[in-house]
Amino acid sequence: MSRKADEIMAADTLKDAKKLQASFISTEPFQESSKEKEKEKDNNKLFHIHERNVSDEISERTFQDVSLCYQCGKCSAGCPVRYYMDIAPNKVVRFIQLGYYEEALKSETPWLCAGCLACSVRCPKEFDLAKFMDAVREIAIEKGVEIKQENILKFHKAFLDQIKNHGRSYEVGLVAEYKMKTLDLFQDVDSAPGMFLKGKLDLLPHNIKNRKEIKSIFKKTSGKK
Amino acid sequence: MKYGYFPGCSLTSSAKEYDISLRKVIDKLGISFDEINDWSCCGATSAHVTNHKLSTALAMRNIMLAEQQGLDNIIAPCAACYNRLIISQNEIGKHTGIRKETEDLLSVKFKKDVKVFNILELFLKSGLNKIIENRKRELSELKAACYYGCLLVRPAAITKFDDAEEPESMEKIVEATGADTVDWNYKTECCGAAHSIARRDIVVDLSKKIIDDAITHGANVMVVACPMCHTNLDMRQRAMKRKYPDHKEFPVLYLTELIGLSLGMDEKELGIDLHYTNFKYADTLLNNSAKG
Ligand code: SF4
Ligand code: SF4
Repeated sequence: MSRKADEIMAADTLKDAKKLQASFISTEPFQESSKEKEKEKDNNKLFHIHERNVSDEISERTFQDVSLCYQCGKCSAGCPVRYYMDIAPNKVVRFIQLGYYEEALKSETPWLCAGCLACSVRCPKEFDLAKFMDAVREIAIEKGVEIKQENILKFHKAFLDQIKNHGRSYEVGLVAEYKMKTLDLFQDVDSAPGMFLKGKLDLLPHNIKNRKEIKSIFKKTSGKK
Repeated sequence: MKYGYFPGCSLTSSAKEYDISLRKVIDKLGISFDEINDWSCCGATSAHVTNHKLSTALAMRNIMLAEQQGLDNIIAPCAACYNRLIISQNEIGKHTGIRKETEDLLSVKFKKDVKVFNILELFLKSGLNKIIENRKRELSELKAACYYGCLLVRPAAITKFDDAEEPESMEKIVEATGADTVDWNYKTECCGAAHSIARRDIVVDLSKKIIDDAITHGANVMVVACPMCHTNLDMRQRAMKRKYPDHKEFPVLYLTELIGLSLGMDEKELGIDLHYTNFKYADTLLNNSAKG
Protein backbone atom coordinates (compact mmCIF):
# COMPACT_ATOMS: atom_id res chain seq x y z
CA MET A 1 0.00 0.00 0.00
CA SER A 2 1.09 3.53 -0.64
CA ARG A 3 1.93 6.10 1.99
CA LYS A 4 -1.36 7.83 1.30
CA ALA A 5 -3.26 4.67 1.94
CA ASP A 6 -1.36 4.24 5.19
CA GLU A 7 -2.40 7.71 6.21
CA ILE A 8 -5.99 6.92 5.42
CA MET A 9 -5.83 3.70 7.41
CA ALA A 10 -4.42 5.58 10.38
CA ALA A 11 -7.25 8.11 10.54
CA ASP A 12 -9.13 8.16 13.82
CA THR A 13 -12.67 7.84 12.59
CA LEU A 14 -14.25 6.32 9.55
CA LYS A 15 -15.50 9.78 8.62
CA ASP A 16 -11.99 11.25 8.76
CA ALA A 17 -10.63 8.35 6.75
CA LYS A 18 -13.23 8.78 4.06
CA LYS A 19 -12.61 12.54 3.95
CA LEU A 20 -8.89 11.97 3.57
CA GLN A 21 -9.55 9.42 0.90
CA ALA A 22 -11.77 11.84 -1.01
CA SER A 23 -9.24 14.67 -0.68
CA PHE A 24 -6.45 12.56 -2.10
CA ILE A 25 -8.52 11.62 -5.04
CA SER A 26 -9.93 15.05 -5.83
CA THR A 27 -6.87 17.24 -5.28
CA GLU A 28 -4.18 15.21 -6.93
CA PRO A 29 -5.36 12.89 -9.64
CA PHE A 30 -2.44 10.56 -9.92
CA GLN A 31 -0.55 9.74 -13.07
CA GLU A 32 -0.91 6.09 -13.73
CA SER A 33 1.58 4.23 -15.82
CA SER A 34 -0.06 2.09 -18.45
CA LYS A 35 0.90 -1.02 -16.53
CA GLU A 36 -0.85 0.28 -13.46
CA LYS A 37 -3.84 1.13 -15.57
CA GLU A 38 -3.99 -2.43 -16.80
CA LYS A 39 -3.79 -3.69 -13.27
CA GLU A 40 -6.52 -1.33 -12.22
CA LYS A 41 -8.69 -2.68 -15.01
CA ASP A 42 -8.10 -6.22 -13.82
CA ASN A 43 -9.10 -5.27 -10.33
CA ASN A 44 -12.22 -3.66 -11.59
CA LYS A 45 -13.07 -6.82 -13.38
CA LEU A 46 -12.51 -8.80 -10.24
CA PHE A 47 -14.23 -6.55 -7.79
CA HIS A 48 -17.06 -5.02 -9.65
CA ILE A 49 -18.65 -8.08 -11.13
CA HIS A 50 -21.59 -7.46 -8.91
CA GLU A 51 -23.18 -4.08 -8.92
CA ARG A 52 -23.27 -4.07 -5.17
CA ASN A 53 -20.08 -3.36 -3.38
CA VAL A 54 -18.35 -5.90 -1.22
CA SER A 55 -18.96 -3.93 1.94
CA ASP A 56 -22.75 -3.98 1.49
CA GLU A 57 -22.56 -7.61 0.50
CA ILE A 58 -20.78 -8.48 3.75
CA SER A 59 -23.14 -6.37 5.84
CA GLU A 60 -26.07 -8.19 4.31
CA ARG A 61 -24.66 -11.68 4.65
CA THR A 62 -23.67 -11.16 8.26
CA PHE A 63 -26.73 -9.16 9.33
CA GLN A 64 -24.53 -6.40 10.72
CA ASP A 65 -23.29 -3.12 9.34
CA VAL A 66 -19.56 -3.23 8.57
CA SER A 67 -19.30 0.42 9.61
CA LEU A 68 -20.19 -0.55 13.20
CA CYS A 69 -16.53 -1.30 13.91
CA TYR A 70 -14.74 1.78 15.26
CA GLN A 71 -11.25 0.31 15.04
CA CYS A 72 -10.35 0.11 18.72
CA GLY A 73 -8.20 -2.93 17.98
CA LYS A 74 -9.36 -4.99 20.96
CA CYS A 75 -10.10 -7.94 18.66
CA SER A 76 -6.57 -8.01 17.27
CA ALA A 77 -5.01 -7.58 20.69
CA GLY A 78 -6.58 -10.80 21.89
CA CYS A 79 -6.50 -12.79 18.66
CA PRO A 80 -4.59 -16.04 19.29
CA VAL A 81 -3.47 -16.26 15.67
CA ARG A 82 -2.56 -12.59 15.10
CA TYR A 83 1.15 -13.39 15.10
CA TYR A 84 0.81 -15.59 12.00
CA MET A 85 -1.38 -13.21 10.00
CA ASP A 86 -0.27 -10.74 7.34
CA ILE A 87 -2.57 -7.97 8.56
CA ALA A 88 -4.38 -7.55 11.87
CA PRO A 89 -8.03 -8.68 11.95
CA ASN A 90 -9.34 -5.14 12.61
CA LYS A 91 -7.38 -3.90 9.58
CA VAL A 92 -9.30 -6.29 7.36
CA VAL A 93 -12.48 -4.60 8.55
CA ARG A 94 -10.98 -1.17 7.86
CA PHE A 95 -10.00 -2.16 4.33
CA ILE A 96 -13.56 -3.23 3.64
CA GLN A 97 -15.01 -0.08 5.20
CA LEU A 98 -12.84 2.07 2.96
CA GLY A 99 -13.44 0.09 -0.18
CA TYR A 100 -9.99 -1.50 -0.45
CA TYR A 101 -11.61 -4.78 -1.26
CA GLU A 102 -8.65 -6.30 -2.98
CA GLU A 103 -6.41 -5.85 0.05
CA ALA A 104 -8.99 -7.47 2.28
CA LEU A 105 -10.00 -10.33 0.03
CA LYS A 106 -6.42 -11.26 -0.81
CA SER A 107 -5.23 -11.16 2.77
CA GLU A 108 -4.21 -14.37 4.49
CA THR A 109 -5.83 -13.18 7.70
CA PRO A 110 -9.36 -14.49 7.11
CA TRP A 111 -7.93 -17.89 6.25
CA LEU A 112 -5.74 -18.05 9.31
CA CYS A 113 -8.58 -16.94 11.57
CA ALA A 114 -9.40 -20.02 13.61
CA GLY A 115 -12.99 -18.92 14.23
CA CYS A 116 -12.39 -18.93 17.97
CA LEU A 117 -14.97 -16.16 18.55
CA ALA A 118 -12.80 -14.45 21.16
CA CYS A 119 -13.00 -11.21 19.17
CA SER A 120 -16.75 -11.51 18.71
CA VAL A 121 -17.49 -11.79 22.42
CA ARG A 122 -15.05 -9.03 23.36
CA CYS A 123 -15.93 -6.35 20.83
CA PRO A 124 -17.25 -3.22 22.56
CA LYS A 125 -19.47 -2.58 19.54
CA GLU A 126 -20.77 -6.15 19.52
CA PHE A 127 -19.47 -6.55 16.01
CA ASP A 128 -19.23 -10.26 15.22
CA LEU A 129 -15.81 -10.28 13.61
CA ALA A 130 -15.64 -14.06 13.30
CA LYS A 131 -18.80 -13.95 11.24
CA PHE A 132 -17.39 -11.10 9.19
CA MET A 133 -14.37 -13.32 8.43
CA ASP A 134 -16.70 -16.10 7.27
CA ALA A 135 -18.26 -13.73 4.75
CA VAL A 136 -14.89 -12.41 3.54
CA ARG A 137 -13.71 -15.97 2.86
CA GLU A 138 -16.94 -16.89 1.17
CA ILE A 139 -16.77 -13.88 -1.15
CA ALA A 140 -13.07 -14.43 -1.87
CA ILE A 141 -13.92 -17.95 -3.04
CA GLU A 142 -16.88 -16.76 -5.11
CA LYS A 143 -14.79 -14.10 -6.83
CA GLY A 144 -12.03 -16.57 -7.56
CA VAL A 145 -9.43 -14.53 -5.69
CA GLU A 146 -6.10 -16.28 -5.31
CA ILE A 147 -6.01 -17.81 -1.83
CA LYS A 148 -2.48 -17.64 -0.48
CA GLN A 149 -3.15 -20.06 2.36
CA GLU A 150 -4.10 -22.64 -0.21
CA ASN A 151 -3.53 -25.66 2.01
CA ILE A 152 -6.15 -24.45 4.43
CA LEU A 153 -8.67 -24.17 1.61
CA LYS A 154 -7.64 -27.58 0.28
CA PHE A 155 -8.20 -29.05 3.70
CA HIS A 156 -11.72 -27.62 3.90
CA LYS A 157 -12.51 -28.87 0.42
CA ALA A 158 -11.23 -32.36 1.19
CA PHE A 159 -13.27 -32.38 4.40
CA LEU A 160 -16.44 -31.31 2.64
CA ASP A 161 -15.89 -33.90 -0.09
CA GLN A 162 -16.10 -36.64 2.53
CA ILE A 163 -19.39 -35.29 3.80
CA LYS A 164 -20.78 -34.92 0.32
CA ASN A 165 -19.95 -38.55 -0.45
CA HIS A 166 -20.69 -40.26 2.84
CA GLY A 167 -22.82 -37.88 4.89
CA ARG A 168 -20.21 -38.01 7.63
CA SER A 169 -16.58 -37.16 7.89
CA TYR A 170 -14.27 -39.99 6.90
CA GLU A 171 -10.82 -39.34 8.24
CA VAL A 172 -8.94 -41.87 6.14
CA GLY A 173 -10.47 -40.43 2.98
CA LEU A 174 -9.85 -36.91 4.21
CA VAL A 175 -6.15 -37.46 4.85
CA ALA A 176 -5.71 -39.31 1.54
CA GLU A 177 -7.47 -36.60 -0.44
CA TYR A 178 -5.68 -33.79 1.36
CA LYS A 179 -2.32 -35.38 0.67
CA MET A 180 -3.19 -35.87 -2.98
CA LYS A 181 -4.23 -32.25 -3.28
CA THR A 182 -1.24 -30.80 -1.50
CA LEU A 183 1.33 -33.46 -2.40
CA ASP A 184 2.44 -33.06 1.15
CA LEU A 185 3.02 -36.72 1.81
CA PHE A 186 5.09 -36.56 4.92
CA GLN A 187 3.27 -34.07 7.05
CA ASP A 188 1.19 -35.46 9.83
CA VAL A 189 3.20 -38.62 10.20
CA ASP A 190 2.14 -38.92 13.79
CA SER A 191 -1.60 -38.85 13.59
CA ALA A 192 -3.20 -41.13 11.02
CA PRO A 193 -0.87 -44.17 11.32
CA GLY A 194 -0.96 -43.92 15.09
CA MET A 195 -4.74 -43.74 15.14
CA PHE A 196 -4.83 -46.82 12.94
CA LEU A 197 -2.69 -48.77 15.34
CA LYS A 198 -4.96 -47.78 18.18
CA GLY A 199 -7.98 -48.99 16.23
CA LYS A 200 -9.62 -45.60 16.21
CA LEU A 201 -9.91 -45.14 12.49
CA ASP A 202 -12.08 -47.42 10.44
CA LEU A 203 -10.83 -48.35 7.03
CA LEU A 204 -14.26 -47.94 5.55
CA PRO A 205 -16.42 -44.83 5.71
CA HIS A 206 -19.63 -44.60 7.74
CA ASN A 207 -22.17 -44.04 5.01
CA ILE A 208 -25.47 -42.60 6.11
CA LYS A 209 -28.62 -43.92 4.48
CA ASN A 210 -29.99 -40.74 3.02
CA ARG A 211 -26.93 -39.70 1.07
CA LYS A 212 -29.20 -38.45 -1.66
CA GLU A 213 -30.43 -35.68 0.57
CA ILE A 214 -26.88 -34.62 1.45
CA LYS A 215 -25.85 -34.60 -2.21
CA SER A 216 -28.83 -32.45 -3.05
CA ILE A 217 -28.00 -29.97 -0.26
CA PHE A 218 -24.48 -29.69 -1.65
CA LYS A 219 -25.75 -29.28 -5.18
CA LYS A 220 -28.28 -26.61 -4.33
CA THR A 221 -25.88 -24.59 -2.23
CA SER A 222 -22.88 -24.77 -4.54
CA GLY A 223 -24.01 -22.04 -6.94
CA LYS A 224 -22.77 -18.51 -6.53
CA LYS A 225 -24.99 -16.12 -4.75
CA MET B 1 -35.93 -37.01 30.79
CA LYS B 2 -34.84 -38.88 27.70
CA TYR B 3 -32.26 -37.12 25.56
CA GLY B 4 -31.59 -37.39 21.88
CA TYR B 5 -27.96 -38.10 21.14
CA PHE B 6 -25.96 -36.45 18.40
CA PRO B 7 -22.49 -38.02 18.61
CA GLY B 8 -20.98 -36.18 15.63
CA CYS B 9 -18.31 -37.63 13.35
CA SER B 10 -15.31 -37.37 15.66
CA LEU B 11 -16.93 -39.53 18.32
CA THR B 12 -17.19 -42.38 15.84
CA SER B 13 -13.50 -42.21 14.90
CA SER B 14 -10.65 -40.12 16.27
CA ALA B 15 -12.54 -39.45 19.51
CA LYS B 16 -14.00 -42.93 20.00
CA GLU B 17 -12.99 -42.91 23.64
CA TYR B 18 -15.15 -39.85 24.27
CA ASP B 19 -18.18 -41.79 23.02
CA ILE B 20 -17.19 -44.95 24.90
CA SER B 21 -16.68 -43.17 28.21
CA LEU B 22 -19.80 -41.01 27.81
CA ARG B 23 -22.02 -44.04 27.25
CA LYS B 24 -20.50 -45.90 30.21
CA VAL B 25 -20.84 -42.94 32.52
CA ILE B 26 -24.40 -41.94 31.75
CA ASP B 27 -25.46 -45.56 31.98
CA LYS B 28 -24.04 -45.68 35.49
CA LEU B 29 -25.74 -42.41 36.38
CA GLY B 30 -29.09 -43.63 35.07
CA ILE B 31 -29.39 -41.15 32.21
CA SER B 32 -30.61 -42.56 28.92
CA PHE B 33 -30.62 -41.36 25.38
CA ASP B 34 -31.69 -42.26 21.85
CA GLU B 35 -29.26 -41.69 19.05
CA ILE B 36 -30.67 -39.52 16.24
CA ASN B 37 -31.39 -41.86 13.33
CA ASP B 38 -29.24 -41.39 10.26
CA TRP B 39 -27.63 -38.22 11.61
CA SER B 40 -25.09 -36.53 9.38
CA CYS B 41 -22.09 -34.25 9.86
CA CYS B 42 -22.94 -30.82 11.27
CA GLY B 43 -20.77 -29.26 8.58
CA ALA B 44 -18.09 -28.45 11.12
CA THR B 45 -15.57 -25.68 10.54
CA SER B 46 -15.10 -26.44 6.86
CA ALA B 47 -18.69 -25.65 5.90
CA HIS B 48 -19.13 -22.45 7.88
CA VAL B 49 -15.84 -20.92 6.78
CA THR B 50 -16.56 -21.49 3.10
CA ASN B 51 -20.30 -21.66 2.51
CA HIS B 52 -22.81 -20.27 4.93
CA LYS B 53 -25.98 -21.74 3.40
CA LEU B 54 -24.44 -25.17 3.24
CA SER B 55 -23.34 -24.99 6.85
CA THR B 56 -26.78 -23.98 8.11
CA ALA B 57 -28.52 -26.70 6.09
CA LEU B 58 -26.12 -29.44 7.21
CA ALA B 59 -26.52 -28.51 10.86
CA MET B 60 -30.29 -28.09 10.66
CA ARG B 61 -30.76 -31.45 8.95
CA ASN B 62 -29.94 -33.04 12.29
CA ILE B 63 -32.33 -30.80 14.20
CA MET B 64 -34.99 -31.78 11.68
CA LEU B 65 -34.32 -35.48 12.28
CA ALA B 66 -34.50 -35.00 16.04
CA GLU B 67 -37.80 -33.20 15.65
CA GLN B 68 -39.18 -35.99 13.45
CA GLN B 69 -38.06 -38.55 16.01
CA GLY B 70 -39.87 -36.70 18.75
CA LEU B 71 -36.71 -35.71 20.60
CA ASP B 72 -37.08 -32.32 22.27
CA ASN B 73 -33.74 -32.25 24.03
CA ILE B 74 -30.52 -33.38 22.47
CA ILE B 75 -26.98 -33.77 23.71
CA ALA B 76 -24.08 -32.81 21.48
CA PRO B 77 -20.93 -33.85 23.37
CA CYS B 78 -18.57 -32.42 20.74
CA ALA B 79 -18.13 -28.72 21.49
CA ALA B 80 -17.74 -27.91 17.81
CA CYS B 81 -20.96 -29.69 16.82
CA TYR B 82 -22.77 -28.10 19.75
CA ASN B 83 -21.66 -24.69 18.58
CA ARG B 84 -22.67 -25.24 14.96
CA LEU B 85 -26.07 -26.55 15.99
CA ILE B 86 -26.97 -23.73 18.35
CA ILE B 87 -25.62 -21.00 16.07
CA SER B 88 -27.60 -22.37 13.13
CA GLN B 89 -30.75 -22.63 15.24
CA ASN B 90 -30.25 -19.09 16.43
CA GLU B 91 -29.88 -17.82 12.89
CA ILE B 92 -32.96 -19.46 11.52
CA GLY B 93 -34.83 -18.24 14.57
CA LYS B 94 -33.79 -14.65 13.96
CA HIS B 95 -33.68 -14.32 10.20
CA THR B 96 -36.67 -15.39 8.21
CA GLY B 97 -34.68 -15.35 4.96
CA ILE B 98 -32.26 -18.04 6.13
CA ARG B 99 -35.10 -19.95 7.74
CA LYS B 100 -36.98 -20.05 4.47
CA GLU B 101 -33.88 -20.98 2.48
CA THR B 102 -32.99 -23.76 4.87
CA GLU B 103 -36.52 -25.10 5.05
CA ASP B 104 -36.66 -25.17 1.25
CA LEU B 105 -33.33 -26.99 1.04
CA LEU B 106 -34.53 -29.64 3.48
CA SER B 107 -38.19 -29.67 2.35
CA VAL B 108 -39.38 -29.24 5.90
CA LYS B 109 -41.02 -26.71 8.20
CA PHE B 110 -39.38 -26.33 11.57
CA LYS B 111 -42.03 -26.32 14.24
CA LYS B 112 -40.67 -27.23 17.59
CA ASP B 113 -37.88 -25.72 19.52
CA VAL B 114 -35.42 -28.60 19.90
CA LYS B 115 -33.07 -27.73 22.73
CA VAL B 116 -29.41 -28.61 22.25
CA PHE B 117 -27.29 -29.20 25.35
CA ASN B 118 -23.54 -29.45 25.66
CA ILE B 119 -21.82 -31.99 27.87
CA LEU B 120 -21.37 -29.61 30.80
CA GLU B 121 -25.06 -28.77 30.82
CA LEU B 122 -25.88 -32.48 30.77
CA PHE B 123 -24.00 -33.16 33.99
CA LEU B 124 -25.09 -29.97 35.68
CA LYS B 125 -28.72 -30.64 34.84
CA SER B 126 -28.73 -34.31 35.73
CA GLY B 127 -27.38 -33.36 39.12
CA LEU B 128 -23.87 -33.47 40.47
CA ASN B 129 -25.22 -35.40 43.43
CA LYS B 130 -25.51 -38.42 41.23
CA ILE B 131 -21.78 -38.35 40.62
CA ILE B 132 -21.03 -37.77 44.28
CA GLU B 133 -23.36 -40.59 45.40
CA ASN B 134 -21.89 -43.09 42.95
CA ARG B 135 -18.27 -42.18 43.56
CA LYS B 136 -16.03 -45.20 44.11
CA ARG B 137 -12.67 -43.46 44.05
CA GLU B 138 -11.43 -40.25 45.53
CA LEU B 139 -9.46 -38.50 42.83
CA SER B 140 -8.01 -36.00 45.25
CA GLU B 141 -4.48 -36.55 43.95
CA LEU B 142 -5.52 -35.03 40.66
CA LYS B 143 -5.09 -31.34 40.09
CA ALA B 144 -7.08 -30.63 37.00
CA ALA B 145 -6.82 -27.70 34.63
CA CYS B 146 -10.31 -27.44 33.15
CA TYR B 147 -9.98 -26.44 29.52
CA TYR B 148 -13.12 -25.11 27.83
CA GLY B 149 -11.59 -23.95 24.59
CA CYS B 150 -13.61 -21.64 22.38
CA LEU B 151 -16.80 -23.25 21.34
CA LEU B 152 -18.44 -24.38 24.58
CA VAL B 153 -18.90 -20.93 26.04
CA ARG B 154 -18.81 -18.61 23.05
CA PRO B 155 -20.76 -16.69 21.97
CA ALA B 156 -22.23 -16.32 25.45
CA ALA B 157 -25.29 -14.51 24.09
CA ILE B 158 -26.28 -17.77 22.38
CA THR B 159 -24.77 -20.50 24.58
CA LYS B 160 -26.31 -18.75 27.60
CA PHE B 161 -24.90 -20.97 30.27
CA ASP B 162 -21.57 -19.73 31.54
CA ASP B 163 -19.24 -16.78 31.41
CA ALA B 164 -17.35 -16.49 28.12
CA GLU B 165 -14.08 -15.38 29.69
CA GLU B 166 -14.12 -16.92 33.15
CA PRO B 167 -16.35 -20.00 33.03
CA GLU B 168 -16.67 -22.19 36.12
CA SER B 169 -19.14 -24.92 35.30
CA MET B 170 -16.57 -27.56 34.42
CA GLU B 171 -14.76 -26.96 37.70
CA LYS B 172 -17.98 -27.74 39.55
CA ILE B 173 -18.32 -31.06 37.75
CA VAL B 174 -14.67 -31.99 38.19
CA GLU B 175 -14.85 -31.16 41.88
CA ALA B 176 -17.84 -33.45 42.21
CA THR B 177 -15.52 -36.31 41.24
CA GLY B 178 -13.30 -35.42 44.19
CA ALA B 179 -10.48 -34.10 42.02
CA ASP B 180 -8.96 -30.73 42.72
CA THR B 181 -8.99 -27.93 40.15
CA VAL B 182 -6.40 -25.24 39.56
CA ASP B 183 -6.88 -21.60 38.77
CA TRP B 184 -5.18 -20.75 35.49
CA ASN B 185 -5.16 -18.34 32.57
CA TYR B 186 -5.82 -20.30 29.41
CA LYS B 187 -9.21 -21.92 30.08
CA THR B 188 -10.74 -20.38 26.98
CA GLU B 189 -7.67 -19.69 24.85
CA CYS B 190 -7.83 -21.23 21.36
CA CYS B 191 -5.76 -24.38 20.59
CA GLY B 192 -5.71 -23.69 16.85
CA ALA B 193 -8.76 -25.84 16.22
CA ALA B 194 -9.25 -26.98 12.62
CA HIS B 195 -5.79 -25.86 11.54
CA SER B 196 -4.49 -29.15 12.96
CA ILE B 197 -3.60 -30.58 9.56
CA ALA B 198 -3.04 -27.65 7.21
CA ARG B 199 -1.14 -25.45 9.72
CA ARG B 200 0.11 -27.86 12.33
CA ASP B 201 2.86 -25.40 13.25
CA ILE B 202 0.26 -22.95 14.59
CA VAL B 203 -1.58 -25.66 16.51
CA VAL B 204 1.63 -26.91 18.09
CA ASP B 205 2.57 -23.41 19.29
CA LEU B 206 -0.86 -22.54 20.66
CA SER B 207 -1.42 -25.90 22.33
CA LYS B 208 2.03 -25.83 23.88
CA LYS B 209 1.27 -22.46 25.50
CA ILE B 210 -1.94 -23.87 26.94
CA ILE B 211 -0.26 -26.95 28.41
CA ASP B 212 2.60 -24.88 29.81
CA ASP B 213 0.21 -22.53 31.55
CA ALA B 214 -1.61 -25.47 33.12
CA ILE B 215 1.67 -26.89 34.41
CA THR B 216 2.81 -23.50 35.72
CA HIS B 217 -0.35 -23.32 37.76
CA GLY B 218 0.18 -26.69 39.37
CA ALA B 219 -2.01 -28.96 37.26
CA ASN B 220 -1.11 -32.61 36.75
CA VAL B 221 -3.87 -33.35 34.25
CA MET B 222 -5.94 -31.38 31.76
CA VAL B 223 -9.65 -32.03 31.30
CA VAL B 224 -11.38 -31.23 28.00
CA ALA B 225 -14.79 -31.59 26.39
CA CYS B 226 -14.01 -31.22 22.71
CA PRO B 227 -12.54 -33.80 20.29
CA MET B 228 -10.75 -31.13 18.30
CA CYS B 229 -9.11 -29.72 21.42
CA HIS B 230 -8.22 -33.21 22.55
CA THR B 231 -6.52 -34.05 19.25
CA ASN B 232 -4.51 -30.85 19.37
CA LEU B 233 -3.58 -31.05 23.02
CA ASP B 234 -2.98 -34.80 23.23
CA MET B 235 -1.93 -36.15 19.84
CA ARG B 236 0.02 -33.08 18.85
CA GLN B 237 2.33 -33.52 21.84
CA ARG B 238 4.57 -35.65 19.69
CA ALA B 239 5.08 -32.81 17.23
CA MET B 240 5.38 -30.49 20.21
CA LYS B 241 8.26 -32.54 21.53
CA ARG B 242 10.05 -32.27 18.18
CA LYS B 243 9.68 -28.51 18.12
CA TYR B 244 10.25 -27.96 21.83
CA PRO B 245 12.63 -30.71 22.99
CA ASP B 246 12.10 -29.80 26.66
CA HIS B 247 8.41 -30.61 26.45
CA LYS B 248 7.30 -33.22 28.95
CA GLU B 249 4.32 -35.40 28.19
CA PHE B 250 1.22 -34.11 29.93
CA PRO B 251 -1.99 -36.15 30.21
CA VAL B 252 -5.21 -34.80 28.70
CA LEU B 253 -8.51 -36.50 29.61
CA TYR B 254 -12.04 -36.12 28.41
CA LEU B 255 -14.37 -34.98 31.16
CA THR B 256 -16.33 -38.21 30.83
CA GLU B 257 -13.17 -40.26 31.37
CA LEU B 258 -12.44 -38.42 34.58
CA ILE B 259 -15.99 -39.00 35.81
CA GLY B 260 -15.68 -42.66 34.83
CA LEU B 261 -12.52 -43.01 36.87
CA SER B 262 -14.28 -41.57 39.89
CA LEU B 263 -17.15 -44.00 39.38
CA GLY B 264 -14.65 -46.85 39.67
CA MET B 265 -14.08 -47.72 36.04
CA ASP B 266 -10.57 -48.41 34.81
CA GLU B 267 -8.47 -46.77 32.10
CA LYS B 268 -9.00 -49.47 29.52
CA GLU B 269 -12.73 -49.61 30.00
CA LEU B 270 -12.93 -45.88 29.40
CA GLY B 271 -10.67 -45.90 26.36
CA ILE B 272 -7.98 -43.83 28.04
CA ASP B 273 -5.41 -46.21 26.56
CA LEU B 274 -6.38 -44.85 23.13
CA HIS B 275 -4.71 -41.53 23.92
CA TYR B 276 -1.25 -40.58 22.79
CA THR B 277 -0.16 -39.39 26.16
CA ASN B 278 0.03 -41.91 28.92
CA PHE B 279 -2.28 -41.65 31.85
CA LYS B 280 -2.45 -44.16 34.60
CA TYR B 281 -4.23 -43.06 37.70
CA ALA B 282 -2.21 -45.39 39.89
CA ASP B 283 1.00 -43.93 38.48
CA THR B 284 -0.19 -40.43 39.21
CA LEU B 285 -0.77 -41.43 42.79
CA LEU B 286 2.68 -42.96 43.04
CA ASN B 287 4.38 -39.98 41.41
CA ASN B 288 2.65 -37.57 43.68
CA SER B 289 3.39 -39.42 46.85
CA ALA B 290 7.01 -39.81 45.73
CA LYS B 291 7.17 -36.06 45.20
CA GLY B 292 5.28 -35.19 48.33
S1 SF4 C 1 -12.97 -4.95 18.82
FE1 SF4 C 1 -14.79 -4.51 17.54
S2 SF4 C 1 -14.82 -2.28 17.28
FE2 SF4 C 1 -12.81 -2.83 18.06
S3 SF4 C 1 -11.58 -3.01 16.20
FE3 SF4 C 1 -12.31 -5.07 16.68
S4 SF4 C 1 -14.22 -5.31 15.53
FE4 SF4 C 1 -13.72 -3.12 15.55
S1 SF4 D 1 -12.21 -15.52 15.60
FE1 SF4 D 1 -10.48 -15.31 14.22
S2 SF4 D 1 -9.99 -13.11 14.20
FE2 SF4 D 1 -11.32 -13.49 15.96
S3 SF4 D 1 -9.87 -13.77 17.66
FE3 SF4 D 1 -10.38 -15.81 16.85
S4 SF4 D 1 -8.78 -16.27 15.35
FE4 SF4 D 1 -8.70 -14.04 15.76
